[in-house]
Amino acid sequence: MAKQLLLGNEAIAWGAIAAGVKVATAYPGTPSTEIFSTLATQAKYYGFHAEWCVNEKVALEVAYGSAISGARTLVTMKQVGLNVAADPLLSGTYLGVKGGLVLVVADDPGPHSSQTEQDTRQFASFAKVPVLDPSDPQEAMEMVMEAFNISEKYHLPVILRPTTRVCHVGQDVNLPEIIIRDSEARFEKGGDWVIFPSVSLRKHGELLENLKTMGQEFSNSRFNYQEGQGEYAIACSGVSYHYVKEALQRLNMIDNTEILKISTPYPFPEELAAQFLKKHEHLLVIEEQDPVLEDAMLRLAGKIGLHLQLSGKHDAMVPGTGELNVDLVTRVIANWSGKELESKSITAKPELPIRRPILCAGCPHRASFYAIRKAAGKKSDAVFTGDIGCYTLGMMPPLSAVDTCLCMGAAITQAQGIGRAEPGRQAIAVLGDSTFFHSGITGVINAVYNQYPLTLVILDNSTTAMTGFQPHPGTGQTATGEIVAAIDLQKVLEGCGVTFIKRVDPVNLKEAVAAVKEALAYDGPAVIIMKRACINLPEAKGSAPVVIDMEKCKDCGLCVTEIGCPALVMETGQKPQVLESCAGCGLCIEVCPFEAILGGDN
Amino acid sequence: MDIIMCGVGGQGTVLTSRVLGEASIKQGYEVRTSEIIGMAQREGPVVSQVRIGTRLDGPLIPEACADYLLGFELAEAVRNIDKLDARGQALVNTHMVVPPTVYLGISKYPSEQLIDYLKEQTSGLVFINANELAAQAGSNKAVSAVMLGAFTALCPDIAETILLEELLARLPERVQELNTCAFKLGKEFVEGETR
Repeated sequence: MAKQLLLGNEAIAWGAIAAGVKVATAYPGTPSTEIFSTLATQAKYYGFHAEWCVNEKVALEVAYGSAISGARTLVTMKQVGLNVAADPLLSGTYLGVKGGLVLVVADDPGPHSSQTEQDTRQFASFAKVPVLDPSDPQEAMEMVMEAFNISEKYHLPVILRPTTRVCHVGQDVNLPEIIIRDSEARFEKGGDWVIFPSVSLRKHGELLENLKTMGQEFSNSRFNYQEGQGEYAIACSGVSYHYVKEALQRLNMIDNTEILKISTPYPFPEELAAQFLKKHEHLLVIEEQDPVLEDAMLRLAGKIGLHLQLSGKHDAMVPGTGELNVDLVTRVIANWSGKELESKSITAKPELPIRRPILCAGCPHRASFYAIRKAAGKKSDAVFTGDIGCYTLGMMPPLSAVDTCLCMGAAITQAQGIGRAEPGRQAIAVLGDSTFFHSGITGVINAVYNQYPLTLVILDNSTTAMTGFQPHPGTGQTATGEIVAAIDLQKVLEGCGVTFIKRVDPVNLKEAVAAVKEALAYDGPAVIIMKRACINLPEAKGSAPVVIDMEKCKDCGLCVTEIGCPALVMETGQKPQVLESCAGCGLCIEVCPFEAILGGDN
Repeated sequence: MDIIMCGVGGQGTVLTSRVLGEASIKQGYEVRTSEIIGMAQREGPVVSQVRIGTRLDGPLIPEACADYLLGFELAEAVRNIDKLDARGQALVNTHMVVPPTVYLGISKYPSEQLIDYLKEQTSGLVFINANELAAQAGSNKAVSAVMLGAFTALCPDIAETILLEELLARLPERVQELNTCAFKLGKEFVEGETR
């Protein structure tokens, strides 16, 4: 097949299709999302099932059910998603699988779009799950196919761990040939599918044996190898492998350095690594995130009695946080090998504008946050507990309406903790519709059960916007486009025992403010659903831009400074201007004290 | 050949890097592209890196090594100019996207200083008002087409016809004609500037 420009995420999806995946599940999360999006577009044609799940735990449990029935199954998520899915993973690894089960867990060193820089290779060794670490899209595609084979050979789940610079890197990839295979899955009763202390003990023993054999086998894996020769020795993994090779070329060291590339950090290929360690006394380990290879090599050196000078993260030769890149790796190798680098003089740059990500023009969240602040009152010291999604951006001035953000669903539960610790302090929880389905419901039940007078605002924009507009249970559409009954937030809340529920359009500012005030005064858990479609959805057509009546405008600038809409600008000493990006939501009309703004949705 | 593209989310840098990548594969080259997607999309700064060649390693362009910089927005071009090789070529859209932080008084957008700084930093510099040329072609959304057309006038290594074909393959039919026009306007503008 001809070469094609594929993102790492697309390449992983095609690898899974070529490997004959029968069931694919996921919850969206950057940088993993496009793996499943690609699978969803191909599911009907290639005859497999694909579903966006409510959260990662659910996604893994659905996948595990399919895998123990004998189907090849893929589940994708971002690194913090694995925290949510930890429970089924650790138990499932003891019991094992029948059909191949591959988890693609995307890490985000940097982090570019995540809460943590956690290293899934560490998680894998903690969970005793083999993990493969690709360096580029082509390799990621080949590895996902190999991961299914490993999973079926050892009856274990396998993790493929790409990082942002594999997921969102494009490469000319050779697509594999795709043969549609008919395979029937059947759950056989009487297997070891009930986890039970005595079963666990036995299975744990089998698992350790399996990992030992696998570690030996990995020394011969085509993805692990030694390359080049010379007095210098560098071990690396993932995308760092490419940074190392390029840096060595730039430093003219490529012909004098031996590289050890480890693509299976766990279980560690000790035999191969021992060969490498025995040849070199001075070594450098270059890897992103945690010192996983470094620790494994130190352990191995101790085990076989080698005295090494191993540089890496422990002696701060390689930075312990953030993403690596070719410049950084060049400096590290130069520093380690004692080479001088030319330093370039840099002229100081003029002051550059601060450009932060912001809520789009016409974003309903802007209206919601403004309404919440208005309702709380100017002098209020209410705590606004926020959550994960576009609306985390509500923390930015001038809205400044997010004081906390921890993890999916925590807005609701953190508000309860703050209120318990400081009785009388108002705490208003804010989270989105997709996040509510992911892990907000249990927090609401907790508030009702424990009689906490929660005030919760659900920002219902009918999509999972941050990750690229995926449907969820409240949208009435599945991953593969089937129209299904939408789950009604109001009914869910009623079922949880919430007695005050109001639904308002946030752009209708007066109504929205009144509703939040009422909720704050209500004795008991109260929920406001601020419902308005994300401005990027086709159903949110938007209106013509608003118009400013320059005669009525008194240059007070409130329309600009109160809401921070990117479509409203005002130069010093001039009248405000409406840009063509205005979606006509009309929030600014409600803000203007002189009725100088016209048009909009209302 | 290393090309860095920078701008503001929504300006079309991602589309442009994909078009350039596909066109290069059609000409038999290896390609690596790299982008950051996610939080950075919402009117934040965006950078796409495209590497084209016969034996490539990593996806990221080293400092001061890019052969071309396509700046879709003035301040973003300044933010990323360190990536450009001293002998490299910069094509910079003079269109400004002023962020709300400026109107809120938190930061400044000193456009004249930014232009002067770019002139000091690189001799291979072409300023282009890509938004105006796109509007001339019929839509201010055709900035990518203008920038790609302009790029063909600076870089002879990627065939103009293949590049245009790849661009049009990604666009709905109703805007193909105006994008073809925008592509030509971009190319002609640079030819006029560099003649």
